[in-house]
Formats: sequence, structure tokens, C-alpha cells
Amino acid sequence: MERAFFLLFASIAVASACGVVLLKNPVHGAVSLMACFIQIAALYILLHSPFLAAVQLFVYVGAIMVLFIFVIMMLEIRQATLERFLPGSKYIALVFSVVLGSAMLWLLFSSPLLSQIPPPTPSATQGSVSELGHALFTQYLLPFEVVSIVLLVALVGAIFMTHKGDG
Amino acid sequence: MAPLSWYIALSASLFVIGLYGVLSRRNVLIVLMCLELMLSAVNINLVAFSFFLSHLGGQIFAIFVITVTAAEVAVALAIVIAYVRHKGSLKIDEISIMNG
Repeated sequence: MERAFFLLFASIAVASACGVVLLKNPVHGAVSLMACFIQIAALYILLHSPFLAAVQLFVYVGAIMVLFIFVIMMLEIRQATLERFLPGSKYIALVFSVVLGSAMLWLLFSSPLLSQIPPPTPSATQGSVSELGHALFTQYLLPFEVVSIVLLVALVGAIFMTHKGDG
Repeated sequence: MAPLSWYIALSASLFVIGLYGVLSRRNVLIVLMCLELMLSAVNINLVAFSFFLSHLGGQIFAIFVITVTAAEVAVALAIVIAYVRHKGSLKIDEISIMNG
């Protein structure tokens, strides 16, 4: 049952990811990417991480993609949509990506280490929000604070760069 | 449940699709979106290993990746807006003012 759901979510995710790369209109690409992110959030629920699924929906679908669509609507995009791909590099990039992808999949399925990982024993508390919060605020407190400073700096930088005038 | 290798295979394919978009698309906004796709693919890997190894570090790392991605998108879109206001073009092969 869980495998069927995984295959469903994974196939929709891959299809919408292909849509992001291939669609001509950036708005269609953004909506396609939203669909892909929602599938990834569903996969997080399959992996017993409901908090990350919620964060994925809030941050990616709720904030980042809305920001993208806002910028797409704000800018004049017609001249950029006439030509989808960079001149000359389309087939080289395709060959490079296919070679890299098949190398990764070959390494993955030929690795003997993967079968040594035992199947997890799902316990009641594993991956729960309280456990995650406890780890975040004790063991990982310093990275948490650093990330908050990074967010603050990014906020100030974004406002500064889009500010009209002599800044 | 689905085995670990399925999750890694999905993550690898999403990463490669995003990489192709980054390398070949011309619109800088779509290049940024494909970059988001690549980061998300990496996050699937982290969460899958976190679940299968019963260790919370992967999930915490994924939270940090999501946060830094949000900061990165804000700065990148600010740069795009400033550039388009200055030059009026979204084509990535014409963005070469740092080239001297």
C-alpha cells in the first residue's frame, strides 16, 4: 500500500519536474514546481516526518513560490519566453545530465552497502515534533542561531538591493 | 514500506532534471526554479536517511537547508529585480556585466 503511494507521488513529482524544465511560460513552470513540492511534502509524510512536510508546504509552496510568481508578474517576460534554451548548449547539457544521472543510479543499485541498512523499527516517538524541537534547541542550538542571523542578513540585503534611489 | 533505494533513485532523478534545467534554460527565473528543485531533491535524500537510520540529524539538516534556501531566493530575486530594472533583460547569456 505504501509502495503504491510512493510510486504515485514519485511519478507525479518527476512529471511536474519535467514540466518545470520544458514548459515555455514561466508561470506554468512555477505552478508545475508547486505541484512537485506538494508531492515531496507527501513523501515526507510517508517518511514519518510530518513537521518537515508542514515546513515544506509553508516555506516552499507558501512563501518561495508566491515570491516567484509575484516577481514573474512584476517583470516583463514576453521577450524572454521567445527562446527557451540557451543557443548551442542544449544537447551538451542533455548528454551531460543523462550521463551523470545514469552514473548515480548505477552506483546506487550496484552498491553493497545499501542492503546492509536494516529496515527501521517505527516507534511511537520517532520523528515526533517534540523530539525534533528538543534536538533543535539543545544539540543544534548554535546552527539554529546562525541560521537566524543568515535570514536577517538576507532580509536586509534584499530590501537594500531592491530599494530605488541612491540607497 | 518503500525501500531506501527508491527514495535515493527519485532524489537522483529530480536532481538531474533540475541540473538539466539549470544548464540549458535561458530565462533566469526558470534557472532559479530549477535550482530550488535540485535543493529539494537533496532534502529528500536527507529525510530518507534520517528515517531509515533512525537519527534526527538528517531532518534538522533539512530544516536548515530549507531556511537557507528561503534566504537565497530572497536575495536572488532582489538581484534579478535590480538587474532587470537596470538593463531590461532576463536572458542569462546576456548577464555578463561582472565580466569586465
